[in-house]
Parts: sequence; C-alpha cells; structure tokens
Amino acid sequence: MTHIAQLTIGVTDLLAAFLFMYGLKRMSSPVTAPSGIFVAGIGMLVAVVASFLYVFNIDEAARPFLMTNVGLALAALVLGGGIAWWAGKKVAMTAMPQMVALYNGMGGGAAGAIAAVELFGGKAQGATPLAVTLLGALIGAISLSGSLIAWAKLQGILKKPLRVRGQQVFNLLVFALTLAVGCYLVYVSLDASQPLLSTPQLITLFFACALVFGVLMTLPIGGADMPVVISIYNAATGLAVGLEGYVLGNPALMIAGMVVGAAGTLLTLLMAKAMNRSIRNVLFSNFGDAPKHTAGHIKGSLKPTEAGDAGIFMHYAKTVIIVPGYGLAAAQAQQKLYEFVKLLQSAGVSVRFAIHPVAGRMPGQMDVLLAEAGVPYDLIFQLDDINDDFKSSDVALVIGANDVVNPAARTEKASPIYGMPILNADQAKQVYVVKRGEGKGYAGIQNALFYADNCNMVYGDAAAVLTKMIESVRGLTTKAAA
Amino acid sequence: MDFSIHMTGFLALYVFMLAGFAGWVIIGHVPAILHTPLMSGSNFVHGIVVVGGLFALLNASTPLEQGIGFFAVLLGAGNAAGGFAVTQRMLAMFQTSGPVARHSRSHRAKAHRPKAA
Repeated sequence: MTHIAQLTIGVTDLLAAFLFMYGLKRMSSPVTAPSGIFVAGIGMLVAVVASFLYVFNIDEAARPFLMTNVGLALAALVLGGGIAWWAGKKVAMTAMPQMVALYNGMGGGAAGAIAAVELFGGKAQGATPLAVTLLGALIGAISLSGSLIAWAKLQGILKKPLRVRGQQVFNLLVFALTLAVGCYLVYVSLDASQPLLSTPQLITLFFACALVFGVLMTLPIGGADMPVVISIYNAATGLAVGLEGYVLGNPALMIAGMVVGAAGTLLTLLMAKAMNRSIRNVLFSNFGDAPKHTAGHIKGSLKPTEAGDAGIFMHYAKTVIIVPGYGLAAAQAQQKLYEFVKLLQSAGVSVRFAIHPVAGRMPGQMDVLLAEAGVPYDLIFQLDDINDDFKSSDVALVIGANDVVNPAARTEKASPIYGMPILNADQAKQVYVVKRGEGKGYAGIQNALFYADNCNMVYGDAAAVLTKMIESVRGLTTKAAA
Repeated sequence: MDFSIHMTGFLALYVFMLAGFAGWVIIGHVPAILHTPLMSGSNFVHGIVVVGGLFALLNASTPLEQGIGFFAVLLGAGNAAGGFAVTQRMLAMFQTSGPVARHSRSHRAKAHRPKAA
C-alpha cells in the first residue's frame, strides 16, 4: 500500500507540474488564456487530493495523531479555501490588486509555516537542508508581512508612506540580525555546545525579525510603486515555495515555485522598465513623496469645461484616443465609457484606447477593465504602438489618469517621474481631462498638461461625466433625425 | 519497489535551473494586456504550497507542529482557492470580449464581400 501511495503521489505531482507549466503557457495568449487557468486548476485539484495519500507513509511519531491531523487538514482546506474563494468571487474589479497581494501573502505565510514545522520539529537535519529551510522561511515571512502592508496600502488603510531618518540603516540592521540568527541556528545544529538561547527561542526570534523586516521594508514605499512591490513579493513567494519543496523532497513544489520565481522576476523587471525605474530605486528611494517645491513655473491656467460640450466636440472629431487611468476603475465607469465609444463610432469617429504600462494600480489593470466592458482588444493599444499617433489625433480624452500623461517626465530633471515613458496626450490638437477635482496624481506632483492651452478640464466622477457626454451626443443625433 | 523521491543537492539545482528557465521563457512572450491576469495566475500556481502544508500537517506529532501545520494548510488553501477565483474572473472577461470581437470582425468581412461583388 505504501508503494502504491508513493507511486500515485509521484504520478499526480508530475502531472500537476506539467499542468501548471502548460496552463501558464496557455495564459500567455489572450485567446487561450481563459482555458489556461482551468488547466492549472485541474493540476492543483489533483495534487491536493492525492496528497492525502501521504497518510500511508507518515512518520512513526505522527501515527497516533493521524485522525486528528486528517481532520485538521480537511478543516483548514475547507475554511481557508472557502473564505478565500468567496472573497475572490465577491470582490470588486478595482480591488483585484490588493486581493492578489493578500493571497500572495498567504502563500508566503504557508511556506514560512511549513519551514516552522520543520524547524520546531527538528526535521531538517544537516547544514544544507537547515540552511535552505531557513532561507525559505526568511523569504516566506518577509513576503507575508510585506504583502499585508502592500494590501493595507492599496486598500487605503495605510495612507501615507512612513519614513523616518536613518530608516534604511535600521532596516539593514534588522535584516543583518535576522541573517545572524539564521546562521547561528545552523552553527548550533552543527556544534552541540550550549547555545545562548534555546533552539525554539532562536527560531521564534528568527521569524519575528523576518516578519518585522518585511513590514519595515514595505512601509516607506509609496503607493504608486505597489504594483512592482507586489510583483517582487509574488516572485519571492514562488522562490520560498520552491525552497521548501526541496526540503520536503517534493519536485512539484520545487518546479512550480521556481517557475513562478523566474516568471515573477521577469514580470517585475518589465514593470520597472515601463516606469523607467530600477528595482533598487523602487525599494530604497522615496518615490511617491510629494516634492516640496513644485508648480512654480507651470504656465497657463486650468480651463474647466462642461461634459456635454466635450462630448459634442468629440462627436465631430475624426480621431479620438482615450487614455484611461485609475479614476476610470475607481468610478467603475468602463461600461459607460464603452457605450460612449460606440456612439462615437456610429458617428464615424475613429476611437482607440492608449494604455500606459503602469496605468491604474497594476500593469494590465486597464486592459482587464476594458475587457470587462466588452471593448474588443483590437481597439486597445500599448504605449509604443500608439504614441506617435497622438500628434495626428484630433482629441485625446484622459479619464482619471494623471502621472502617465505628465510632460514633466520628458522635460523636468528634478521631477521624481523624470525619464518615465509617458503617453504623448499633450500632442493631440485638443485634450480633455476627466478628473474628480484639482488633486494631484498618485505620484503627488503637479501636471503641466492640465494648464496647457490645448487642454480643458472636465471635473466630476468619471461615470457621471460620461453619462452627460452620452446624453449630449444622443441629443445631437435625435435632433439630426428630427 | 521504492517510489520515494530522493532529491540530492545537484539534482535539486538542475531542477531549479530548468524550472527557472521554463518560467522565464513562458512569460517572455506575454503581451502587456495579460500582465495582471498573469501575475494573478502565477500567484495561483505557487498555491501548490498547500500540498507541502498538508505533508507537514499529516506528519505533525506535537500540538505546536499541528497548530503551525494547520496554519500552513489554511493559508496555502487560501492562496490556491483565492488565486484561482480571482484569475478566473479576470480571464473570463477575455473569453467574452476576445472571441466576440474576432467573430464580429470576420462577420463584417463576410458581410462586405457580397456588397463588393
């Protein structure tokens, strides 16, 4: 029976590893993507069910607790899986980024907890397994507490980046202390002499330091950088899972974890590149800090206009490029926007969408939102593909986006977003900016575009503004028909 | 027969190296439009950690180990289930818009042809 159980687990884990990679591959094309997650999901289901076959091959010491443990396992699966499933199904599309952060933190926490069981149970014997377990525990714990902070920031629970003088030195000290405790644990396991603290105390100290470091490391990072941070923690969790997979001798965990570790790293680099920032910059510089001296030299004035007038103007334009941002997501106005676009299209206006890689709170968030509204993705263009078309375009309609169209990124060396590629919305003949108020963008800096001669502001909630635009354009067409 | 897996140091390094390459290559061809779903999808994939949690919990022999093992399975299951739910919701949108868009385009093309003829 033991052998059959081992064989079954071996085969299902192999199958799961294959299905994960095949699923991710399918997810890399819009056409096959929806089936990709189901392929990976089957792999997960098979692996989880088969893992109950471990009961035929457990440690002698755990045998008396078998029934309790199986009961605990089922309860944990139903409870954790059920709540997360319910939350994942129920949450609004705008809250997706923080949900990903939350679930990612849970994965990191699980990897850390596995390491804790191995460490407290004294199951990792020898310097290498012990060191790998500790490394996985370190990364997992940082990922857990860091992701929770990222979640709290995106959820709006933590509003301001917290920065103190000498913070980085302090963080470095905490990190060094964590590493030192880890090294000392390995040393104690090799040399049986009386340690300063008992092993359980050392393990507790190790986890406490790692968790604190995750919090400290994430607190000073501004909200605008959260997508990159979540991506880093996603890769980190993958790595932690892979390392714990090695400790447990489970190749499925090793492969899945490492694939995510590598993929997450690449994804992080792509995002950072889109923002023209290095990873080091994101983690250790003070982006998102509102610069104290701004706007002194911005010429021109803000020129508010009525939503209806803007709608009619666009109705008579030839080409319109729409630049969506977080404001669109916050107002949940994607359906309204597409309704308006369809009206323009039926009037013969060529309408396209220009997506900045970091528009919204997460790369690709705008694509997802527009897809939700049913916008065909041949209307959606990425920065490089459409940026040259702004200057020949009649109207650029900026909805709830700010930093990604800020010309300061091109010209102003002192600006924190200097060098970031931006959408050249300012080059269109007429620019309309739909905004809730005169507030600054997520990076907390003034936007010269809003003061430009060819720019008018349309104040209001994106959904309300678009409703007015739709009414005015409808009014035109019915008048024309009458 | 023995079907247990013995993962020695170098074998593990080979597995890590190949898996790392695979992950890098798979993501290398992803269009930006899929970045968010993909981050969510890879987040789901490391939910496999729940299997490690189950292993740890089933082998637990003290209340402390049982407690932490329970925690591990709880969090791992949350990672897997939540990751799936969120990713599936994001990708379902592509299901409706993608094929429909292509369909309508080809439909339009078909509708144009007789007119031209």
